[in-house]
Amino acid sequence: MYFCKEFYEFGNGIFNLVEPLFLVSTAILPPLSWCCQKKIYIISLMDNLYKIKKGLDLNLQGVAAQEVSVVAPSNVYALMPADFHGITPKMVVKEGEEVQVGSALFVDKATEQIKFCSPISGKVKAVVRGERRRILRVEVESDGKMQRVQLVKAGFQPATREEALQLLLNSGLFAFFRQRPYDVVACPTDLPKAVFVSTFSKMPLAADFSFIVKGQEADFKSGIALLEKLAKVYVGISPEQINTPILPLDSAQVSVFSGPNPAGNVGVHINRVSPVNKGEIVWTVGPEVVVMMGRLLRQGMVDFTRRIAVAGSEVENPAYLDTVIGAPLKDVLAGKLKKSTSNQRIINGNPLVGEKTDLEGYLSAMVTEVCVLPEGDDVNELFGWAMPRLDQFSTNRSYFSWLLGSKKSYAPDCRIKGGERHMIMSGEYDRVFPMDIYAGYLVKAIITGDIDRQEQLGIYEVAPEDFAVAEFVDSSKLELQRIVREGLDILRKENA
Amino acid sequence: MLRNFLNKVKPHFEEGGKLHAFQSVFDGMETFLFVPNTTARTGVSIHDSIDSKRIMSVVVLALLPALFFGMYNIGYQNYQAAGVDASFFEMFGYGLLVMLPKIIVSYGVGLGIEFIVAQWKKEEIQEGYLVTGLLIPMIVPVGCPLWMLALAVAFSVIFAKEIYGGTGMNIFNPALIARAFLFFAYPTSMSGDKVWVASESFFGLGNNLTVDAMTKATPLGEAAAGIASKTEFTDLVVGLIPGSIGETSVIAIAIGAAILLLTRIASWKTMSMVFLGGALAGFLFNVIGLENNAVAEMPWWNHLAAGGFCFGAVFMATDPVTSCRTEQGKYIYGFIIGALAITIRVLNPGYPEGMMLAILFMNMFAPAIDYCFVQSNINKRLRRMKTNA
Repeated sequence: MYFCKEFYEFGNGIFNLVEPLFLVSTAILPPLSWCCQKKIYIISLMDNLYKIKKGLDLNLQGVAAQEVSVVAPSNVYALMPADFHGITPKMVVKEGEEVQVGSALFVDKATEQIKFCSPISGKVKAVVRGERRRILRVEVESDGKMQRVQLVKAGFQPATREEALQLLLNSGLFAFFRQRPYDVVACPTDLPKAVFVSTFSKMPLAADFSFIVKGQEADFKSGIALLEKLAKVYVGISPEQINTPILPLDSAQVSVFSGPNPAGNVGVHINRVSPVNKGEIVWTVGPEVVVMMGRLLRQGMVDFTRRIAVAGSEVENPAYLDTVIGAPLKDVLAGKLKKSTSNQRIINGNPLVGEKTDLEGYLSAMVTEVCVLPEGDDVNELFGWAMPRLDQFSTNRSYFSWLLGSKKSYAPDCRIKGGERHMIMSGEYDRVFPMDIYAGYLVKAIITGDIDRQEQLGIYEVAPEDFAVAEFVDSSKLELQRIVREGLDILRKENA
Repeated sequence: MLRNFLNKVKPHFEEGGKLHAFQSVFDGMETFLFVPNTTARTGVSIHDSIDSKRIMSVVVLALLPALFFGMYNIGYQNYQAAGVDASFFEMFGYGLLVMLPKIIVSYGVGLGIEFIVAQWKKEEIQEGYLVTGLLIPMIVPVGCPLWMLALAVAFSVIFAKEIYGGTGMNIFNPALIARAFLFFAYPTSMSGDKVWVASESFFGLGNNLTVDAMTKATPLGEAAAGIASKTEFTDLVVGLIPGSIGETSVIAIAIGAAILLLTRIASWKTMSMVFLGGALAGFLFNVIGLENNAVAEMPWWNHLAAGGFCFGAVFMATDPVTSCRTEQGKYIYGFIIGALAITIRVLNPGYPEGMMLAILFMNMFAPAIDYCFVQSNINKRLRRMKTNA
């Protein structure tokens, strides 16, 4: 009997001990299960996690703050055929003709299917030509009304691939598609094996798409759904974007890429997920254009408004602003440049892949940021190569950036800081080139014009921008992006 | 002020100017003084601060400990052979006086040729020779006459470098080609036991030595002659022994190695694998042991510290231009150099020092090693294409 009582008390004690735990667990179970579901989704993403190790993040001064202002409408906007590499433009409007947002200004000469459309409504002011009558830009004078061509009814959903393609061609958005190999404007008659979209850029001072897309997530998702009609869609996101409303994307295959620049390059994603073989074609398109596609479906009209970052060490209060592609840079940058007696460089794009321009230039169709850096052509640095140069960044350990920590930010100017040499150091490119390609060997094959070897070494998988970080770190100061660009152009001509 | 002066004289050197023939020299001086302020036209707008001037000057910096020690050792060997006591400064000063003309001749001849070629090809002067020009005087015996040095420098700069297209394009390490040239053209001045001690006095420093007094063999030379070397491991590490000027002190070379590895200018892969290969080969010969072969019996750690092994491993094998360019290839390249150097020492009595030939031999095979790795990447791509097709 005594034993029984002992046993009972012991059991009771255990129950008392367990009961609160049980109560607590039922209380937290529902949120836990909700978390689990979320977690399972994240874990399923983690199956497609690619950890990029090679690369280099640059910490530059003047990163755009996450605030948006609106630029006052400008008078004249311009579309530049050079932004759409690989096409020969053929004008379809004459000077003085009235156009609306979405009316074609020129088409590509080869297929005459790809339309390059006016970003605003108004009158064609001038077709500015350069050497050998090459069209430099088409200027359109705004009527301030932003009248848009109604291409389809609002809320349109294309049923077939043909319909989707036609809509993209007519709206002028197809012009923003690029293809690998060659990194040129895609050809609408091709059947690509996939469409790749990268939703982030790790380039220095680049616009943050997570911020750009805020409030437009639905458009982004319907844009991706539209792409599904064309080919299989792969979306590459950064780990920070896992819990953001741009997900889930039901139809596309989402992969996560972590690591330093160029982890956000779509070329790196293609190389890891589904490399381009000879004879295959992959299309790529920027996420900001995907948003425009969603907008197009929702409204039935195209809208070339874009949120861009204005950044760089020579910009007063760097921030984002809403503008229209082709806007004149002197309006985009009005009142934003720091007062300085020395020269400033204005870059259409980021400091690694952007193009040098000036205040007379126009916002390029392909960029999501405009950067301003000191030019540096008036700096005379005595014995610079022998100095400690604590305020200048270098990946090389003969300078001391590696001891100063990754938090320190730099404000480099645009000097090359050395003469061009033959390739001397080995492994410099490989350290920052996260593709399964021997970058140095490929560059040499391009320089020597050996087409067979370029093919063997994987030239079909690369674009000039993939070499940007390598070009930055190169101690031999070779113009890698130019070399690769010319190599691709020659190869395309040879293979045509 | 200096800038203004340069700006003033610059027009004379440009196309059509009076001094156009010296344009490459002027350009070399100008970029030496001031960082060129040309800015990027295409591609990336910003660049890393590193350039080949910086890289080459770091290598020169890494060479200095070995050079200074070599100068001191020249004096030390001379005074010791003469049996005269002297202070550190006298010894160092004497070494400096012996060494300086060699360095001047090496740089004078080599850079002269570089200037001419740069002017002729309308290129900028390349910094590569700053390193080569210091290396060459450091890897020859102190008894090597200046005219021989000049000849060797001219030969190597023209035939080992410029005919390939300059720094970055050469197959063989130019410094080693200079040494090999001397070694095969003037063997008596490069080896034996009469060349390791400076035998003339300069400006009251040093002593004039008789032929007998200056007869001294290197530890490796002794071993090759069949005499079991009495040199201790610690002597080899400290380096106050006869030998080529820069190669004797392991400590001084280790300081240079630390600089090169810390700045990541030399590849740790190549360097460590040279030592591993050498240690393994030396160990094997120790274990096997060859009859009547004193070199084979030399303990493997002595092998690594003796002769030009360390100097070659740190400064020669790691030359990025002539070594393997693939990261995996560097392991193989380094390992074979080390193993081969010891093997030559042991098995070929004609060459007491195997490092030079081992490195030159592997310079030749570096592209073949790279080929294997690059080809495997190519094959992978081909396979991928076939499975997809």
